[in-house]
Amino acid sequence: MILVILALILWAFGWWLNVRLAEGPNAGAPLVRLAVPVIFGVTVLLVWELLVRGLNVPMVILPAPSLIATRFVTSLPVLWVDFRQTILKGALSGYIMGCGAALLVAVLIDRSDFLRRGLLPVGNLVAALPIVGTAPILVMWFGFDWQSKAAVVVVSVFFPMLVNAVAGLAQTTAMQRDLMRTYAAGYWQSFFKLRLPAAMPFIFNGLKVSSTLALIGAIVAEFFGSPTVGMGFRISTSVGQLSLDMVWAEIVVAALAGTLFYGLLALIEKGVTFWHPSQRG
Amino acid sequence: MKSVLAVLTVVAAIVAIWYAACAPMNIKGVLTELERGGAQVVPEGAPTRRDMSAIGLVVANSFAIPATWAQERPRLPAPHQVAVELWQTTVMKKITSKRSLIFHGWVTLSATLLGFAIGTGLGVVLAVGIVHSRVMDMSVMPWAIVSQTIPIIALAPMIIVVLYSIGVQGMLPKAIISAYLSFFPVVVGMVKGLRSPDHMQLDLLRTYNASASQGFWKLRLPSSMPYLFASLKIGIAASLVGAIVGELPTGAVSGLGARLLAGSYYGQTVQIWSALFAAGLLAAILVGILGVIERITLKRMGMA
Repeated sequence: MILVILALILWAFGWWLNVRLAEGPNAGAPLVRLAVPVIFGVTVLLVWELLVRGLNVPMVILPAPSLIATRFVTSLPVLWVDFRQTILKGALSGYIMGCGAALLVAVLIDRSDFLRRGLLPVGNLVAALPIVGTAPILVMWFGFDWQSKAAVVVVSVFFPMLVNAVAGLAQTTAMQRDLMRTYAAGYWQSFFKLRLPAAMPFIFNGLKVSSTLALIGAIVAEFFGSPTVGMGFRISTSVGQLSLDMVWAEIVVAALAGTLFYGLLALIEKGVTFWHPSQRG
Repeated sequence: MKSVLAVLTVVAAIVAIWYAACAPMNIKGVLTELERGGAQVVPEGAPTRRDMSAIGLVVANSFAIPATWAQERPRLPAPHQVAVELWQTTVMKKITSKRSLIFHGWVTLSATLLGFAIGTGLGVVLAVGIVHSRVMDMSVMPWAIVSQTIPIIALAPMIIVVLYSIGVQGMLPKAIISAYLSFFPVVVGMVKGLRSPDHMQLDLLRTYNASASQGFWKLRLPSSMPYLFASLKIGIAASLVGAIVGELPTGAVSGLGARLLAGSYYGQTVQIWSALFAAGLLAAILVGILGVIERITLKRMGMA
């Protein structure tokens, strides 16, 4: 009971602190902008810990953050092996193949107005479909190992990437293209110097959307069959054994991997599209 | 008109490629069956064919190509096989039958819609809170954005099992996963939308002496509609994926996800493909309905 009251007090204190910071005179400072969400996150974690302990929530329903952290640290080797299997072998290789193929196809169909008119609506439709449903078929074709996961990732990132890349390549104005023509630039010259750079914001948007889809595809595909290693495999078997701390540890890994990769993409985007209004701030 | 022709050409090309791909994908199984039936096959014996290239086998046994489109359990079913299966399991079966895709589709659809309604409702409420409270904005918004980079779907098996252990089962756990997946896109899109009126418009309302709630109902909410619909379309697609994945760990009783899983257990490829197409059709219809509502709404508001 004391722990529960403590949790409520802590929540009130954290909120009060954030109200003070957010409505104080320095609300715009970079340090405050960083501190407020961090305080919020830490408060949530502490309240979670205290409530789980205070109310004696059984671990099969919700493990305390401290338990998850202990499990995370003690099973680092297992988590690393799973990470390598699912993220590096399955998701990353599929991501590179799928996005690369989509970019190539985008460049090819960009030369033909007919193909673009035909493929864009189809691509838009397919991009909205539940592509992870192809997982059982691809597992049947490519076996249980990472190749089938990479195939699911290729299928699920291809169309969102294609649609974005094609839209990006259509971004230049007639004025800009005419300028290139007055310079007597050839197709590839104006492609590399004008149209590809102009397409970059869209391409990066596609890359970002695809990065989440790639993780989802790789993890969900393992629910349909996998070797005895991998994040999706570990999640489904740990759920079966009711060791939810392991499940949460895997989710932490997935969250870290997803966020870091996204952050990396955002950094590269900042360097490549420094000229775009959204980056000049 | 020109676009329709282009789309039809692309679709026809995809179907043609599909038919062409069936031949090398299924040829080995077909040849084994034909040989067992007494037909002359080049070369003889399944073991010698195992390591040969599939395309070479198709060229050497071109008489077997029609058979690759009519296998019972092909590795890749031909389009007409999937179409026939879809027709038989939707129109020809009674809706109450356990083998009717409409029955399974409805199970998935009801969970999707319930989850979508919960997720969208909560998402809009949180977005309104974020726009009106600076503390909420600064504390919650970064986490909402970060959460979009996380494969939340990994939580699905756990949510199902945890809810089962406290006695909740059936449609609700799937709906919760759906709600969870559609929640964050709606929050992020709606916050963007509610912030879309520029200073000029906000100042105009201030000169009218409009209160905060009047400003919300008459300016912010209407101008957020295009953003809301864009994120609703993403949200409903995510909801459907959530409901399908939510059906996987329950032991696969009913629903499109269960059809996928059962099909993959028993090697019923035609069943998997027809469930997949049913799911795709469902997603397309849902997004299409939202698109129609969007067009009508925006037109009546004079925005499109």
